[in-house]
Amino acid sequence: MTSSALALGGVLAAEGSGDGFQAPGLGEFYPEVVASFSVLGIDFEITRITIILWIATLALVAFLIAAVRNPQMVPGKLQFVGESGYSLVRDGIARDVVGPKGLPFAPFLGALFFFILANNLMAIVPLAQISPMSKFAFPLVLAAICWVMYIWIGIREQGAGKYFKDILFLPGVPKPMYILVTPIEILQNFVVRPFTLAVRLFANMFAGHMLLVVFSLGAVYLFQVGNYSVVFGPISALMAIVMTFFELLVIFLQAYVFTVLMGTYLNGSIEAEH
Amino acid sequence: MNILAAESENPLLPPLGEIIIGLIAFGIVLLVMFKFVAPRFEQVFRARREAIEGGIERAEAMQAEAKEALEQYRAQLAEARSEAAQIRDQARAEGQQILEGLRVQAQEESARIVARGEEQLATARQQVVNELRGQIGTLAVQLAGQVVGESLAEDARRSGTVDRFLAELDGMAAAGDGAVGARKGSR
Repeated sequence: MTSSALALGGVLAAEGSGDGFQAPGLGEFYPEVVASFSVLGIDFEITRITIILWIATLALVAFLIAAVRNPQMVPGKLQFVGESGYSLVRDGIARDVVGPKGLPFAPFLGALFFFILANNLMAIVPLAQISPMSKFAFPLVLAAICWVMYIWIGIREQGAGKYFKDILFLPGVPKPMYILVTPIEILQNFVVRPFTLAVRLFANMFAGHMLLVVFSLGAVYLFQVGNYSVVFGPISALMAIVMTFFELLVIFLQAYVFTVLMGTYLNGSIEAEH
Repeated sequence: MNILAAESENPLLPPLGEIIIGLIAFGIVLLVMFKFVAPRFEQVFRARREAIEGGIERAEAMQAEAKEALEQYRAQLAEARSEAAQIRDQARAEGQQILEGLRVQAQEESARIVARGEEQLATARQQVVNELRGQIGTLAVQLAGQVVGESLAEDARRSGTVDRFLAELDGMAAAGDGAVGARKGSR
């Protein structure tokens, strides 16, 4: 992964050094550091992306508080939007996916869904136009929290012995098959699940941003290049618009998928049978 | 160029600072969700559910009440019907009784009329018989006198003969009277 990224960077750098189209690269995700400080030896960098993260977070908090500030039996517009999102998670995921014991997880799953959604939406908000979720750190944080949580819930609900025994020796599998199944189960439960959870979200937002940037910058370049290429400019611009709508779909889908998957993991932890 | 700076970075190895920032940001959202959003929404959902269930309960109560009222009306109707039937029966019975009374009365009346008629008839007959007896006696004496050609008025035997004859007549009349009375009684 590292070598291919470096190779990609090298190719882009080589291309970028010429007079032609300077394709956007990984630099997109490493904007200039506005300010940096250090606490207890940990370096904090304030960049465009961290600012966007804070804007998204504060906007979300403001929206949620406004939505529940004066809750009515017949909801207003704001309350209706907030309620729809929360009901989607509460009824659709906490109750239906996690199961009968799932309702206490509704606030956590709701926070997960809204946090991812708010940050993802920054990918198409003008002037921001990059999702903090395209920085691996943030999906990783969420996936790590989920990872700790579903293991903890599994131990709490089933007891450590039964929980780990069921993972190591999947019930209902013929004994010789454990040679094959046990390593897969261990890998899946403790490595693959959190990793795919983080990477799925990260890669989707990363790729989405790259697509938008490439088409947008491509359109600008084609308009400016000054030769026959100008006829392709509108196509590139059109693609940028189309991809923006596609991105909107991805934004909602990824927020939902992340939450649903966490719901199924919680379900696996709560209910003994697989 | 940023690209040169990016070369030293691995997108899958994020700096610790970013991870902590992410934790804090998500922590804030989590806190808001647990403290404000979820409880308030749950409260709204509960209130709404109660409102709906309360409505259903009210409707059920109303239905039960309506059912009860219907039962009551039906019971009252049945009662009224039975009462009406009772009254009708009673009236019919009374009518029957009155009719019976009238019939008995009429029969008595008719019997009395018949009895009086018979009495009158008997009296009239007796009168006629008495009258006839006198006349027949006289007539018979006249006839006999004429037949014999001379008056037997002074003859002692004469009166005895007449009396015997009349007694004979009397006996005949009494036998005829009894036969007539028997024929009447059978009717």
